[in-house]
Amino acid sequence: MTTTTASHAADLVAALLFILSLAGLSQHRTSRAGVVYGIAGMALALVATIVLAAQSITAGAVALIVLAMVLGGAAGLWRARRVEMTQMPELIAVLHSFVGLAAVLVGWNGYLEVEAHGSAQTLVSADLLGIHHAEVFIGIFIGGVTFTGSIVAFLKLSARIASRPLTLPGKNILNLGALAAFAGLTAWFTAGPGLGLMVAVTVLALLLGWHLVASIGGGDMPVVVSMLNSYSGWAAAAAGFLLDNNLLIVTGALVGSSGAYLSYIMCRAMNRSFISVIAGGFGIEAPSGGDEEQGEHREVRAEEAAGLLAQARSVVITPGYGMAVAQAQHPVAELTRRLRERGVEVRFGVHPVAGRLPGHMNVLLAEAKVPYDIVLEMDEINDDFGKTDVVLVIGANDTVNPAATDDPTSPIAGMPVLRVWEAEQVIVFKRSMASGYAGVQNPLFFRENSTMLFGDAKQSVDAILQALPGDARTTTDRPVRQHTTAG
Amino acid sequence: MSAQVPTHHPPQRIGVVAESSSGETRVAATPATVRQLLDLGYQVVVESEAGAASGFTDGAYTEAGATIGDAWAADVVLKVNAPSGGEIDRLRADATVVGLLTPAQRPELVEQLSARGVTALALDAVPRISRAQSMDVLSSMANIAGYRAVIEAAHVFGRFFTGQVTAAGKVPPAKVLVAGAGVAGLAAIGAASSLGAIVRATDPRPEVADQVRSLGGEYLAVNVVQEASTDGYAKATSADYDRAAAALYHEQAADVDIIVTTALIPGRPAPRLVTAADVAAMKPGSVIVDMAAAQGGNVEGTVPGRAVVTDNGVTIIGYTDLAGRLATQASQLFGTNLVNLLKLLTPGKNGRLVIDFEDVVQRAVTVVRAGEVTWPPPPVAVSAAPAAAPAAAAAPVAAKESRLTPAVRFGLIGLGMLAVFLVIAFAPTQLAENFTVFALAVVIGYYVIGKVHHALHTPLMSVTNAISGIVVIGALVQIGHESWIVTALSCVAVLLTSVNIFGGFAVTRRMLSMFSTAPERR
Repeated sequence: MTTTTASHAADLVAALLFILSLAGLSQHRTSRAGVVYGIAGMALALVATIVLAAQSITAGAVALIVLAMVLGGAAGLWRARRVEMTQMPELIAVLHSFVGLAAVLVGWNGYLEVEAHGSAQTLVSADLLGIHHAEVFIGIFIGGVTFTGSIVAFLKLSARIASRPLTLPGKNILNLGALAAFAGLTAWFTAGPGLGLMVAVTVLALLLGWHLVASIGGGDMPVVVSMLNSYSGWAAAAAGFLLDNNLLIVTGALVGSSGAYLSYIMCRAMNRSFISVIAGGFGIEAPSGGDEEQGEHREVRAEEAAGLLAQARSVVITPGYGMAVAQAQHPVAELTRRLRERGVEVRFGVHPVAGRLPGHMNVLLAEAKVPYDIVLEMDEINDDFGKTDVVLVIGANDTVNPAATDDPTSPIAGMPVLRVWEAEQVIVFKRSMASGYAGVQNPLFFRENSTMLFGDAKQSVDAILQALPGDARTTTDRPVRQHTTAG
Repeated sequence: MSAQVPTHHPPQRIGVVAESSSGETRVAATPATVRQLLDLGYQVVVESEAGAASGFTDGAYTEAGATIGDAWAADVVLKVNAPSGGEIDRLRADATVVGLLTPAQRPELVEQLSARGVTALALDAVPRISRAQSMDVLSSMANIAGYRAVIEAAHVFGRFFTGQVTAAGKVPPAKVLVAGAGVAGLAAIGAASSLGAIVRATDPRPEVADQVRSLGGEYLAVNVVQEASTDGYAKATSADYDRAAAALYHEQAADVDIIVTTALIPGRPAPRLVTAADVAAMKPGSVIVDMAAAQGGNVEGTVPGRAVVTDNGVTIIGYTDLAGRLATQASQLFGTNLVNLLKLLTPGKNGRLVIDFEDVVQRAVTVVRAGEVTWPPPPVAVSAAPAAAPAAAAAPVAAKESRLTPAVRFGLIGLGMLAVFLVIAFAPTQLAENFTVFALAVVIGYYVIGKVHHALHTPLMSVTNAISGIVVIGALVQIGHESWIVTALSCVAVLLTSVNIFGGFAVTRRMLSMFSTAPERR
């Protein structure tokens, strides 16, 4: 066994550990073990690579590697410890951008090591040189798109720029043109490498990444984050091709295809074309003005809402991004606990694209210690709304919009939604009557069985908690449902 | 109402009058609702002692901002019951009178009001739509009355409602039958079941079964097809249904201890549900509360306004003032319903009453407008009833999901395989090896997360993010070989990806540690 063969063996074991890690993360029961596998795989890969590299480089270079890793690791651990769960989407977006940038840097290094020396280089045999040229370009291109795309996603998610989709004239032509230009540049570079082409492809990739994500509206952000996750995997795989490193290829492909599949799940949940989202809002038309009022809505006060909840047998809470914004997950969890103590059946219905990250709501609810077995996904809960007394819609809008099923002309037509309106009573927590991310008016608010509880979601839930009677359930003074009844 | 919209706008005066019907304890406004009326811009005059029977003194009204005086001379007169002939004469010719007018049962009253030239609004004609729920006096009064009916029955009934096992022996629970699961019936079901009785309920509308159960009652179905209600009220029943129901009542009468009947059909005498034979079949000491006594009664032998005891010791309570027996609360709810109606009728909040016939609620309650009879109003359908539309609308959406035909799918797969074959066959060995690894890894990546639990999307993403930090290896192998530029760039890449790796794993662990099942499951 030489160091080289040991290193290859370590690569294979690490790749298998990564597969175990992803498989483990699919189920609650095995999820923690999954993380351990992932960490073990990563540690093994790093140690093997550093040991192998240490044979051919100076001690100073090894020290430099360790220093960079310690600094980066410390920064990463610090952020991971400090981050608010509501800011998870931003954190993940910014981490994706690091992978993208690293792939760009690896690509540039590949150029500097090989192509920059012209015919004097000895690292790559002459018959593989053309392929190496192409691999440099592909790596930089994917990395560049991932980098700026993630930066824009980060800026949108942290509300540093408006989340409205950017609609440049002829944006589809721009995207397709960028791809064509990339193909042309690659061909040119393969024929005759040059520094100018390197700069050109880097700038092109950065611009395309920026434009792709800028063209996608805030409502599609879960898909975008998941898509960027996939891109970062492909960027790693491209670096693997460039360096002839199987571990990079395997890992990159794993992440790339699993991320793509996750994005596909998201797209299906929103009835969006997968192609149209990964192509940066390709073919998505701006929703036509749906802002007009559709009738009268009724308001309810927190005390009345508390009364309704206290007398309900079954309550379903459908959270959305508004709950995250208001940081209302803790009061919501407290409300859940109190209602469950009173014998009320409380469950959560989570739409696949609620929030700004796949699974965002689940993380927030878990943070607030809501037992995960009462947090159900859309398909699990949708048939139960008819048997539900009260539904609390907390900061969700498009995901509970009946227009998706009722109105074929609606911009969100066909998107599967939580059918909350089938419940006896719906209480919608909302800051104002403004429309949701899709820019579509929500007829739910004007339904006979809906009432609006305006205000910050956290304050509203707190007010309900205050008003919730502390004693056991009484039925004598129950305000009888006044509507479907005989005189 | 052109007469009431002059160019200058002095506020109108609202008069709250004392009720003249014997036994009426309610009043149309309480000190609390007087304040709300003042907020709408009106002046309020209260007749002396109007609130005495409800527990509100004249002092309480003046403290709230009303004056005590001749309420009949006001522009808008608020009443609980319909005004008598003498009272109508005391109204000003351009006045508006609001109260429970029962226009369907009392055409002569409508005539009298019309002859006087006034505007009359019938609170009991508020349509049963959600928007008007806050003005629905019948519902709020029925709720109180249903509760009180059970209390009256419990008062007369010589036993506990709840079953008990005591040192002195076992007490069986009382059995209560509630006929009609409207607002009053549901309130009665709730009250009786919370006292511990076994409660059963009948209603011709099978859709109320869930409501009955939600309040702790058992729904007894009469197995005859009935058409669905379109206006929220029960309809008259078919002959088949009546026969089946009669058998049910007879059977139940012999079994239960207490019967509360609430069956009313708008604009008709109350249906006869319990016959003299049924009453005779009941056990001595049993109690019947006939909440429909004022409309003729659901029970044979009911005397409106009184409790009578039959030969076999069954008490039949025919009180018609059940809601009024909770006078303070009934007045408060009645007054609030009235305030809500006046809010609708005072869009400017300027103390000027305006009636808009375009609005279905305002149209429905207006019985007489400036002497012109406007009863009956056009029908208003309650939207709760027909709910079939959404299901039909869902169909075209599903149809959109047309799939590729098998032939096309096989063709595409074949083309893809051919392309892969050609790429590998013509590629140099090294690329072919890389590509093989790549292709297999893509497939594994797809299948390995195929059944991911929805709650784990975020942790999965952050772990794959950490794993994609593997690109660090690319940077690692580049350090130290070449010029200082390569090393510097590699160091930056290592730094960034380290943030990614450590941060990604740490945050995933943090998230997973938060997921927990319910404590009792551990």
